[in-house]
Amino acid sequence: MNLTLQFVPFNEINSLAPEKRINRLLDIVKKDKIVLLQGRLKPSEETWLIQKTMEQVTREFKGIELCTIYPEAKNEKMFAQMKGLVVKLLMGSREGLTIIGPANIIKEIKRNPDKIELLTNIRG
Amino acid sequence: MAVFNLFKDLFSKLSALFAAKKDLKLGLYGPPNAGKSTLANRICKDWLGEEMSTVSAIPHETREVIVKEKIEVKSKGKSLSFNLVDTPGIATKIDYEDFLKFKMNKDVAKERAKEATKGVIDAIKWLDDMDAVVVVLDSTINPYSQVNITIIGNLAARDIPVMIAANKTDLKKADISAIEAAFPQYPVVGMSAEKGVNMEEFYEQLFKVVKK
Repeated sequence: MNLTLQFVPFNEINSLAPEKRINRLLDIVKKDKIVLLQGRLKPSEETWLIQKTMEQVTREFKGIELCTIYPEAKNEKMFAQMKGLVVKLLMGSREGLTIIGPANIIKEIKRNPDKIELLTNIRG
Repeated sequence: MAVFNLFKDLFSKLSALFAAKKDLKLGLYGPPNAGKSTLANRICKDWLGEEMSTVSAIPHETREVIVKEKIEVKSKGKSLSFNLVDTPGIATKIDYEDFLKFKMNKDVAKERAKEATKGVIDAIKWLDDMDAVVVVLDSTINPYSQVNITIIGNLAARDIPVMIAANKTDLKKADISAIEAAFPQYPVVGMSAEKGVNMEEFYEQLFKVVKK
């Protein structure tokens, strides 16, 4: 089985209304692709993404794995850096990277402050 | 006209009185199986003498929002009255096959999965109504999960007071310091809701958070 990563530049979704933004990302994930989104969503959009995902869960689509990486992650504790990014958080930000993958392919995204591991369900 | 103004004044005073007495809503949020319902039961047993939720080792046991009204907690001569809101665990994926491991038949597992997805949606919808939230985390599990970050990020964005209950500290693998390191902006209380360990500190911290 091939693993497809699709990069989505921040500009590509920034001009969309929040609902369209979420739908666009979910549409990619439902095609069994892993989204690498430049930047991060607003906290409200993250919960909306979870909400929309739950509305669409079926036997085939089991949900998503989600992870956000921040640029300063190597040297700072996660919430200490978030403190300095409150405005960016509320507005969404092009800094960092958001990974969204279909749960049937991505078993788990392990995040420690300085590394990300994607554990997949792909065998063989 | 004077009588009209008198009534108007009386009405606004009564409205203000009732507004001030609006019941505070305290939400318990967190990922599945962190011990939210166990904590809800512990609080209810401590102050009402009865439990409010069913608990089990199977994830997504709580699949709808449960509210227990008018709980009055007392600590160091002060009292605090609130409605306690026990919410379903927030997850980004739900697979009915995970429930089969718990010896459930396929139909029951599918129904549970369906109810669990609705539970997550309800929990998220209730976020806006909360006056304060206790985020319940399992202290034996790595706290750096996106669900935890999303929940706490949302509460911060909504300016809702938050404290973290680092639950299951009675277990060997418990690591409160990992939770404190992950969320240094928030007060963290290590506790065991099941065993009733460190509840006094929990209630003291709850007073501080709610009175902010």
